Amino acid sequence: MAIRQFLDGIEHHFEKGGKHERWYALYEAVDTIFYTPGKVASTTSHVRDGVDLKRIMITVWMCTFPAMFFGMWNIGFQANSYLATNPDAMIADGGLREAFITALAVTGSGAGWWDNFVYGMAYFVPIYAVTFIVGGFWEVLFATVRRHEVNEGFFVTSVLFALICPPTIPLWQVALGITFGVVIGKEVFGGTGKNFLNPALTGRAFLYFAYPAQISGDTVWTAVDGFSGATALSWAASGGMEALETQIGWMNAFVGTIQGSMGETSTVAVLIGGLILLAMKIASYRIVGGVLLGMIGMSLILNIVGSETNAMFAIPAHWHLVMGGFAFGMMFMATDPVSASMTNTGRWLFGILVGVMTILIRVVNPAFPEGIMLAILFANLFAPLMDHYVVQANIKRRLARG
Amino acid sequence: MSDVSAKKVLFEPIFSNNPIALQILGICSALAVTTSLSVTLVMCASVIAVTAFSNLAVSLIRAQIPNSIRIIVQMTIIASLVIVVDQLLKAYAYEISKQLSVFVGLIITNCIVMGRAEGFAMQNPPMLSFLDGIGNGLGYSIAILFVAVFRELFGSGELLGFTILASVNDGGWYVPNGMMLLPPSAFFIIGLGIWALRTWKPEQVEEPDFKMSAHKTREAF
Repeated sequence: MAIRQFLDGIEHHFEKGGKHERWYALYEAVDTIFYTPGKVASTTSHVRDGVDLKRIMITVWMCTFPAMFFGMWNIGFQANSYLATNPDAMIADGGLREAFITALAVTGSGAGWWDNFVYGMAYFVPIYAVTFIVGGFWEVLFATVRRHEVNEGFFVTSVLFALICPPTIPLWQVALGITFGVVIGKEVFGGTGKNFLNPALTGRAFLYFAYPAQISGDTVWTAVDGFSGATALSWAASGGMEALETQIGWMNAFVGTIQGSMGETSTVAVLIGGLILLAMKIASYRIVGGVLLGMIGMSLILNIVGSETNAMFAIPAHWHLVMGGFAFGMMFMATDPVSASMTNTGRWLFGILVGVMTILIRVVNPAFPEGIMLAILFANLFAPLMDHYVVQANIKRRLARG
Repeated sequence: MSDVSAKKVLFEPIFSNNPIALQILGICSALAVTTSLSVTLVMCASVIAVTAFSNLAVSLIRAQIPNSIRIIVQMTIIASLVIVVDQLLKAYAYEISKQLSVFVGLIITNCIVMGRAEGFAMQNPPMLSFLDGIGNGLGYSIAILFVAVFRELFGSGELLGFTILASVNDGGWYVPNGMMLLPPSAFFIIGLGIWALRTWKPEQVEEPDFKMSAHKTREAF
């Protein structure tokens, strides 16, 4: 209990009138990480639950670990496989990263799992660190000025944001993206709980439109200079089913040894984390079910409609599931409790809208190869409207009952 | 408007009662014409001219305009002025008029022009209305120039066509921000501008629609 005593001992400095009054938000954040606060809400309506927002967010954060660790391994796997056949190729952004890889890797050029992992760490860790530091800075700044709590939602935002970046993204763009996501996507509306867009996706969408060359295309997904390798989605767009089967194979895409953003490639790793979230009822199964349903339904319709010029029409649902960020978006982004619908019927509708829009953007829109990011942001905008009509319908039904 | 002085109608719309930042009027053209500063400057001049002279003309005949068709009369005056401006631009600044394309014509539908004619010029004498038109045109100009400076500087690294931040494509260091060239960026800049303005002048902050009661806690044990 030494920590408790220490925290209690310094608490009076941070309370009103204390000498560090302005840092109360930070004190409160540290205190509640170690101990569940002994306070309960006493006014207005509120949900009674054993778990609080802080524990929910930390659970989500831990559920991204399978995808995160697999992602780091995959960065190294992609790069080392390429380096093995092209020994002259250079590691992207050499310098410190190269020194780190040489220092920790066992064999240097081998493709052992440890070497792959070290290679991935050299790319993921700096990106995550920048996200965390820059995003955390804004979070604490707003919490201090506006006197609200530093919220662990930021743990989730930062890890999700880092995982949906390509490994080669310049670090200053990471800083800019998370700044936009946290400030414009969340804090200007009043902080966690009042944002209507998913902050991590807002940041990524900003980068996607501001610096498309560094976050899309064929050269950014593997951290080797001069490397060029298409993602599953661009194979599908150019060659349809035939290219997918011969160039990638469904099992590879499912396991995740393909090109893509750092945390999104492995459907199986994402599903492991996602199923834990579903089992703990942190992620809504209605939203996940809705997304799946919308995706399967829309891709079936497009399969039947068919097209002679657009090969994407023929891609079946089980391929859509494993390509791009679909699984990651479905499990971690669409289920964001703040920006998704809050009523149960609304959650089904919200999920279906995400699924349908994802397929529509992927297949019908030639400008954007991936659709789930924009689809979720789009559905975020409609979530309050859906909730409104669900609530109104409920009121009407109960009035009619008399 | 109880006390109207020349100084007040001329300078009040610039920061205290800015048509874009406080009244949120004329946003459409603020998105469309602000990708480069030179085009924006021409647009500003056109809007100031149209607002000022339409206010003057409407105010001169305000006693003669039948109340039931006053909007149509105002529209006719504004539309004629816009056509004059459009023709002048085509004659003397053809390149820029091509970039402005339909947006000069769309000054007719700019809510600021119409709003000042209906809201101010119909009740006030000609000279004052003329100044009010200039003032509001200036308020609009300040706002869209603010947007345009950011968009051109960060979108292409230039100001008025002169390179300020050398872009990587020309061997420099600056990576142009593609989003700044897309219309939504103007929304963000206007929003941030309004935030800054209202921090400076807190009296512009609107009353909240509702108030949440304070979160109260008690010790659980």
